[in-house]
Amino acid sequence: MTQRTRNWLLLAPAGAWFLVMLIIPLSVVFIFSFGERAPAGGVVPAFTFEQYANLPARWTAFKNTMTLAPIGTLSALLIAYPLAYFLAVKTNPKWKTILLVLVIVPFWTSILIRSYAWIFLLGGRGIPALLEYIGLEGVRLINTPFAVLVGIIYGYLPLMVFPIYVSLDKLDKRLLEASSDLGAKPWRTFVQITLPLSIPGIATGCMLVFILLMGEYLIPALLGGGKVFFVGNALVDLFLQSRNWAFGSAVAVTLVVVMLITVTIYMRLISRLGASREDVSIM
Amino acid sequence: MKNGGYAEDPNPADDKTIAELRGVTKRFGDVLAASDLNISISEGEFLSFLGPSGCGKTTALRMLAGFEAPTEGEVFLDGALVNSLEPHHRPVNMVFQQYALFPHMTVAQNIGYGLRQRRPRLPKAQIAEKVEKALDVVRLGGFEDRKIWEMSGGQQQRVALARAIINEPKLLLLDEPMAALDRKLRKEMQIELQDLQRQLGITFVLVTHDQEEALSMSDRICIMREGRIVQTGSPQELYDRPTSRYVADFVGTSNFFNGTVTDTSQPLYTVVLDNGLQVQAPPVGKFSDGQEVCISVRPEQMKLHRNGEGQSVHIQNRIFLGEHTEYLVRHETLGDFLVLSPRQSEMNEGPFSVGDMAQVSWEPGTTLILDRK
Repeated sequence: MTQRTRNWLLLAPAGAWFLVMLIIPLSVVFIFSFGERAPAGGVVPAFTFEQYANLPARWTAFKNTMTLAPIGTLSALLIAYPLAYFLAVKTNPKWKTILLVLVIVPFWTSILIRSYAWIFLLGGRGIPALLEYIGLEGVRLINTPFAVLVGIIYGYLPLMVFPIYVSLDKLDKRLLEASSDLGAKPWRTFVQITLPLSIPGIATGCMLVFILLMGEYLIPALLGGGKVFFVGNALVDLFLQSRNWAFGSAVAVTLVVVMLITVTIYMRLISRLGASREDVSIM
Repeated sequence: MKNGGYAEDPNPADDKTIAELRGVTKRFGDVLAASDLNISISEGEFLSFLGPSGCGKTTALRMLAGFEAPTEGEVFLDGALVNSLEPHHRPVNMVFQQYALFPHMTVAQNIGYGLRQRRPRLPKAQIAEKVEKALDVVRLGGFEDRKIWEMSGGQQQRVALARAIINEPKLLLLDEPMAALDRKLRKEMQIELQDLQRQLGITFVLVTHDQEEALSMSDRICIMREGRIVQTGSPQELYDRPTSRYVADFVGTSNFFNGTVTDTSQPLYTVVLDNGLQVQAPPVGKFSDGQEVCISVRPEQMKLHRNGEGQSVHIQNRIFLGEHTEYLVRHETLGDFLVLSPRQSEMNEGPFSVGDMAQVSWEPGTTLILDRK
């Protein structure tokens, strides 16, 4: 067996998976998006741009996704970085593992259950009731963009913490000593050494969270109460409720294209920032 | 003759003391890393801490740099007590083991890092000029825009050096700086480091486990063992007058024979070796009759003959080293030991081959009576 054949054989399972689970369905969706809605639901083959012309009807879903996904990513980053820094740099190695496990513990329960908990917390008898107690009346949290944001940050925080933790943990601590030795105050060491060298982790974490958020469905459905909905919710609605597969396909294709464009721009930005060569883990 | 005929002490007492450890002890939890260290470092000298790994030499260095604070005792830099002064406030710079260069910066950015931390800020042009000068000093002119990972190990070491000396520190600390270099490069760097030290007049403190490195570069060496300083002295002093078996063994190679002191009335004491052989040797320190000691005989002080007086040995192994030939010989009761035979004597006596019988002798004055420790 030549090296070449062997390589192809090794690639075959993943290749087959991608073909069956990704390429074919995507092609089907792509073809559907040029079709027309069948009277009883589903799709009639055709070649029309009518569905794409209808996209503005779903503008709100795109707008919500394209604002809450970046804001959610950024908020998660701002909360996750200090946490990851604390775990990687300041924590006694003895406690590291335990604390890391604590970061994952929420994953042991379904996101569905955890989001229900947030429905209660943000609902009338939860935090608003507490606020009322101290005199802040009429605060409504549930079914607002804020509620969705809270849910998103809560759900995706570990995905942000881990890549940053890894990049900070493998950061050679002697570099920090060297910086201090050369006269840099702790804050300057952080800005000049720690932060730039953790960019790969930041980039990976943001990418992971952002991509997953773009397709998010569950959290807006539960905490947005139909008022704050993402493209994911629009798709569920189009495919399952109104059974308008053609239009749904057009929305899906548009989402994929938007995602590709944003991610490409993002990667360009990151590589210009100097997230250098060897250590960007998933990109 | 003053000082027993050894090279003039390079650090007479009136030299300015630039750094000092006074009764410094460092504990990490239950581990005693350094114990009662006392050493005073003179301006412009090249001092080495020499010892096996875990002997506390790096801890000593890190306390001078400010990365560790002593548990007990006092650290002085340039006359000031600095026990808890943070590293970024100390007039001291360090060349790290594996260099610790900043991977996201170019060579020039690495070297200029220290200057960029100065407040009030230095003008950019002045930084650039100093960086260029430092690059010239370490012979890396033209490399300023290279990435760190594009540089070879030897070049990285020069960058680390340039980065450390650009701040004109009072004390340059070097933590096993050659450990990552191959033998030939190490030799070159040793010579360059010495040149650099003379040229800059900065005080160097080197930490190493490599006795050859310490011997060839230092004005003075601190031999350390299990957190303590065992002996401090010039390389020649340590080689010729070790005060313990440990130092004799660590600085150069030596053969040791255990025995008991039987007569201390003469300048050369008499020692009866464990096999009953009676030898004369000068003591290092005080010994009393009946004390258990060992005598140290350097391989190059032993002479190998075909006939004549001496101890009969069998040649076990022969290694030709050019100027010298090293023989491993076996004595019936003294066991195995090394004899280094100079080329001249090889020519006179003819080379011995494995299995030959030979006679080994030595001048009593070239041996030493030492503690067994």
